[in-house]
Amino acid sequence: MKMIAMDGSNISFFKEGLRLDGRRADEFRPLKIEVGVLARADGSCYVEMGGNKVIAAVYGPREVHPRHLQEATRAIVRYRYNMASFSVEERKRPGPDRRSYELSKVSREALEPVIFTSYYPRSVIDVFVEVLQADAGTRTAGINAASVALADAGIPMKSMISACAAGKVADTIVLDPMKEEDNFGQADMPIAMTPTGQITLLQMDGHLTKDEFQRAMELAIKGCRDIYEIQRKSLIEKYNQLGSELAVVQEAEVL
Amino acid sequence: MTNVIAEIKKDYLYNLFLKGERADGRAFDQYREFSVERNLISKAEGSALVKLGSSQVLVGVKMQPGEPFPDTPNRGVIITNAELVPLASPVFEPGPPNETGIELARLVDRGVRESKAIDLEALCITPGKQVWIIFIDVHILDDCGNILDAASIGAIAALLTTKVPASKFGLGEDYPLPVKDIPIATTAIEFGDVIMFDPDSDEESIANTKLTVLSTADGSICGMQKSGTGVLRQEQIYRIVDIACEKAKEIREKFLEE
Repeated sequence: MKMIAMDGSNISFFKEGLRLDGRRADEFRPLKIEVGVLARADGSCYVEMGGNKVIAAVYGPREVHPRHLQEATRAIVRYRYNMASFSVEERKRPGPDRRSYELSKVSREALEPVIFTSYYPRSVIDVFVEVLQADAGTRTAGINAASVALADAGIPMKSMISACAAGKVADTIVLDPMKEEDNFGQADMPIAMTPTGQITLLQMDGHLTKDEFQRAMELAIKGCRDIYEIQRKSLIEKYNQLGSELAVVQEAEVL
Repeated sequence: MTNVIAEIKKDYLYNLFLKGERADGRAFDQYREFSVERNLISKAEGSALVKLGSSQVLVGVKMQPGEPFPDTPNRGVIITNAELVPLASPVFEPGPPNETGIELARLVDRGVRESKAIDLEALCITPGKQVWIIFIDVHILDDCGNILDAASIGAIAALLTTKVPASKFGLGEDYPLPVKDIPIATTAIEFGDVIMFDPDSDEESIANTKLTVLSTADGSICGMQKSGTGVLRQEQIYRIVDIACEKAKEIREKFLEE
């Protein structure tokens, strides 16, 4: 294996127009979505995106504890983004840190606009996201999983939320940066949006000119649209399957 | 905790916005008057008090030698912290920083870090053993809206006045901290398709979407953050970014004049 310099200056991110893992600039990593993976949760979802493995669970609407947090006119939404200590190269100290507080806040704000919180006054909808393995893009993977888990829990929503990042490496705008591109790249910009193009999460760090920013935005939006289709399919698949099982049971009862 | 605002006031403000006006008579992209007072804390290596309208934010910079992070043995360290102390607003509570405070600190930090305003390699004393650690501490004194932009101005102003306290630690003569860029945060809120910059606290409490753009002297973007439970359309974001970069330029120019 080639040694990687500390600043990544000697990495070549492209080989014959393809990225380190063989993707084109506008491709995201293989995405796998599984619905209803946890028995106790009201809704759950497991997402694998490249090297990311993320699991989301939804509990609620349920009673708020502590009670002083409850709102008289709507449900509150809580989102907890948590990284397993073994999910990264260097062991992460367990428990929340400043990064996870910020990610929890923006992820919650990415989902809240589509949840009909006014249907459930004085209650809470809890979303728990556990990052089991991290490889850049865990917040977007978490949001994708959480959105499917909310649907799986039967929480009334205006639409799904899909999330994806765009970045800049070696002066090229790329979709869904992986670890090396994130660490040594020039910019990272995660977004989340509804299928109708309303943006609910937007973060950016690094260096982008206005033109690069617009191109990154277009690319990330395209990524979100494709991810939305996969999310949708995964839900339809699960509930179709449930539907056919139900039909078998009903048939047996008639006989 | 959020500010509570009377429905009647909300209505009043909204009707003003529809007419293209704001309660204090500003244009939608107009900032409140701001001033920067430098070096008023002599115990700190650098400090700045920013007044943006009635909002007041004090930023202090302290420096000391310490160990580098294992993955960056030859680079200095920046640690940014924000205190939303209860004296600054009826909705701030004592105790450890909440997510609003953490987000604010991380955004101020992102501006300084991603703009590469500080040459961290120049802050290495002995590679792998000793580097300079810069503590940027943001103290909110009076929250009358848009404390983030005030804090970002304060941070870079304080860094520009910072003297590296080398003599105190037997590391030679004191020297001014080299600063290579002036990152500026510009924040806009969206409310019923009205985009408004530098919101005061009433405006902040009726809008549910905020977008902060951090930009550098060359007019490019070094950071962005949407916050709040609303949504933004693509063209709204582009509009905000365009105005934000211009406003940042104005602020930067005013800043250098002083």
